[in-house]
Amino acid sequence: MSKELIRLRNVCMAFDDELVLDNINLYFNDKEFLTLLGPSGCGKSTTLRIIGGFTTPTSGDVIFDGVRINDIPPYQRQVNTVFQKYALFPHLNVYENVAFGLRMQRLPDPNDPTGKKKVKIPEEEIHQRVMEMLEVVSLKGFEHRKPEALSGGQQQRVAIARALVNRPKVLLLDEPLAALDLKLRKDMQIELKRIQQQVGITFIYVTHDQEEALTMSDTIVVMDKGSIQQIGTPEDIYNEPKNAFVADFIGESNIIDGIMVRDNEVQMYGKKFPCLDGGFAPNEPVDVVIRPEDIDIVPVSQGQLIGTVTSVTFKGMQYDIIVDFKGFKWLIQTTDHCPEGERIGIKIDPDGIHVMKKSKYSGMFGDYSSFSEEYDEMGDATLASDEEDSADEE
Amino acid sequence: MKNKQAPLAIPYVIWMAIFVVAPIVMVVLYAFSTAEGSFTLSNFSAIGDYAVVFGRSFRLALIATAICLLIGYPVSYIMSREGEKFQRVAMVLIMLPMWMNFLLRTYSWISILENNGLLNQFFRSIGLIDLYNSVMGTDIQYFRMIGTSGAVVLGMVYNYLPFMILPIYSVIIKLDKSLIEAARDLGANSFNVFRRVILPLSLPGVLSGITMVFVPSVSTFAISKMLGGGTQMMLGDLIEQQFLGGAYNPQLGAAISLVMMVIVVVCMWVMNRFGEGEEQAVVL
Repeated sequence: MSKELIRLRNVCMAFDDELVLDNINLYFNDKEFLTLLGPSGCGKSTTLRIIGGFTTPTSGDVIFDGVRINDIPPYQRQVNTVFQKYALFPHLNVYENVAFGLRMQRLPDPNDPTGKKKVKIPEEEIHQRVMEMLEVVSLKGFEHRKPEALSGGQQQRVAIARALVNRPKVLLLDEPLAALDLKLRKDMQIELKRIQQQVGITFIYVTHDQEEALTMSDTIVVMDKGSIQQIGTPEDIYNEPKNAFVADFIGESNIIDGIMVRDNEVQMYGKKFPCLDGGFAPNEPVDVVIRPEDIDIVPVSQGQLIGTVTSVTFKGMQYDIIVDFKGFKWLIQTTDHCPEGERIGIKIDPDGIHVMKKSKYSGMFGDYSSFSEEYDEMGDATLASDEEDSADEE
Repeated sequence: MKNKQAPLAIPYVIWMAIFVVAPIVMVVLYAFSTAEGSFTLSNFSAIGDYAVVFGRSFRLALIATAICLLIGYPVSYIMSREGEKFQRVAMVLIMLPMWMNFLLRTYSWISILENNGLLNQFFRSIGLIDLYNSVMGTDIQYFRMIGTSGAVVLGMVYNYLPFMILPIYSVIIKLDKSLIEAARDLGANSFNVFRRVILPLSLPGVLSGITMVFVPSVSTFAISKMLGGGTQMMLGDLIEQQFLGGAYNPQLGAAISLVMMVIVVVCMWVMNRFGEGEEQAVVL
């Protein structure tokens, strides 16, 4: 639908012999909202910094609109960045912060036939463009405030306006919402998507928050340990994860060892389940992903599997219950209340089962024995982003 | 008192009262009284005779401060951009002279700048003095350095330079690196990053550096005495003479101190207006 704008070709990055990016190949289309998603230290911020020009890759090429731009400094790239902590200039007011990029620009003088003379952008044009951009981010009337007199959400909007006023072809966003509280974060997600559609340019967004990624992106790139794990639309990534890491990182999933008996039939716990996957060798060992919301609770007599409820958590819209099936603990989300200790049966529809090839991540994820701790970690986004800082700033 | 830690401040408050507030009160009292203790303004009218000394003090202090700033800012800036190891070594080198006694290191400049001092001997040995004589048609045996205002300024720059470097350096080193990246991202080249971001944000450090160099420079007395060779009397020397020297007149000394204090405070106040809106207050 749209043309390719940026391509990373065989990009590697090493800090002090430690490989941070391992042979990244990736392209970005014009006008798309692409998210680099992964845990702390997966290399997503480094990838962004390479595109922004703040870091030069150890090897590989960065191609922008068909031109190799490895050695082009940031100020000559048609790319602007929204920094994690906004990095607004504290000594300038909102208007001057937004006008900064325009004041730096030099255009060919229209009255000079040789085209060598450069002139500043006229003050009227700067004023018009700044005000227009403040309107886009709903900050009209705040021109004379200093950044310190703004709330976190407003500072965020200034940072976006300051980047977009230069009319870049690409906007890079490095965890821009990490410092905001949950409610504001949700509003800004919708706001960002609206702004992206309004200005019609490419957004490359870095986050460790899978929900943010699913909400806003056209394309998600899941990364871990410096490698790309999967590229796809939010639906692809959620419904057809390529390996246990992706399945675990995006949403909740139970990942069970299985054997692919034949196409459309997988065996778990010694029982055969109909499914919709194929293309594996006969009797190939596989990882089976079952999302907690795809499991129906049925009376024991009708269950495909029978287990014991070990914990129940009320989540508002549903209960999260942990069910022990022969020592392996599953997470099931249900609107029915099942008391702790009850034996229940479950039923899984064929389209609720997703089969993946075994990978280096097999066996590492998908068991909910340590459920509560894991949930605590995920709830604290700020904590995770702080870790990200220290990991990436080396 | 709701603050439970408030009592901890008592020793300091007492200290301040005895050693800061009381002396200032004494200076004010002395300045407005005769030797017999009655009220007078004659001490202030007598100050007019020393206008030259006032002028020289402020002029030399301003020159020294300007030179400190011109040297100190680039040093601080370059230091802050180097590696951690370089910064540590540079810091030690800057602080090293301060570990020596102030009088001692100023004395050493005498033997360097003297008419037969190290520098003149060096100039003679490389033939610089002969060259100067043949070009200018003069017949000098040495360059006169000691006893000039230049020597006094040199002494002040030498002694007070660290007080310029340290505050500027500590402000620049604390600047958020992402601000610099943001400026580069928005199209600023190195020069503009410096002029539009680093320089304005380091002004608080510059202001406190200026204060910390200017105030002691304007009131210095040992440097002008030792390197000025008695020809470069400054306010500090003048005040010293009134209290300890032959011209014994503590009332006049107090009046001069008071006037100097007021001028310095006014200068600092005006300067602080420039740094308005910055949170870091200038050290007064």
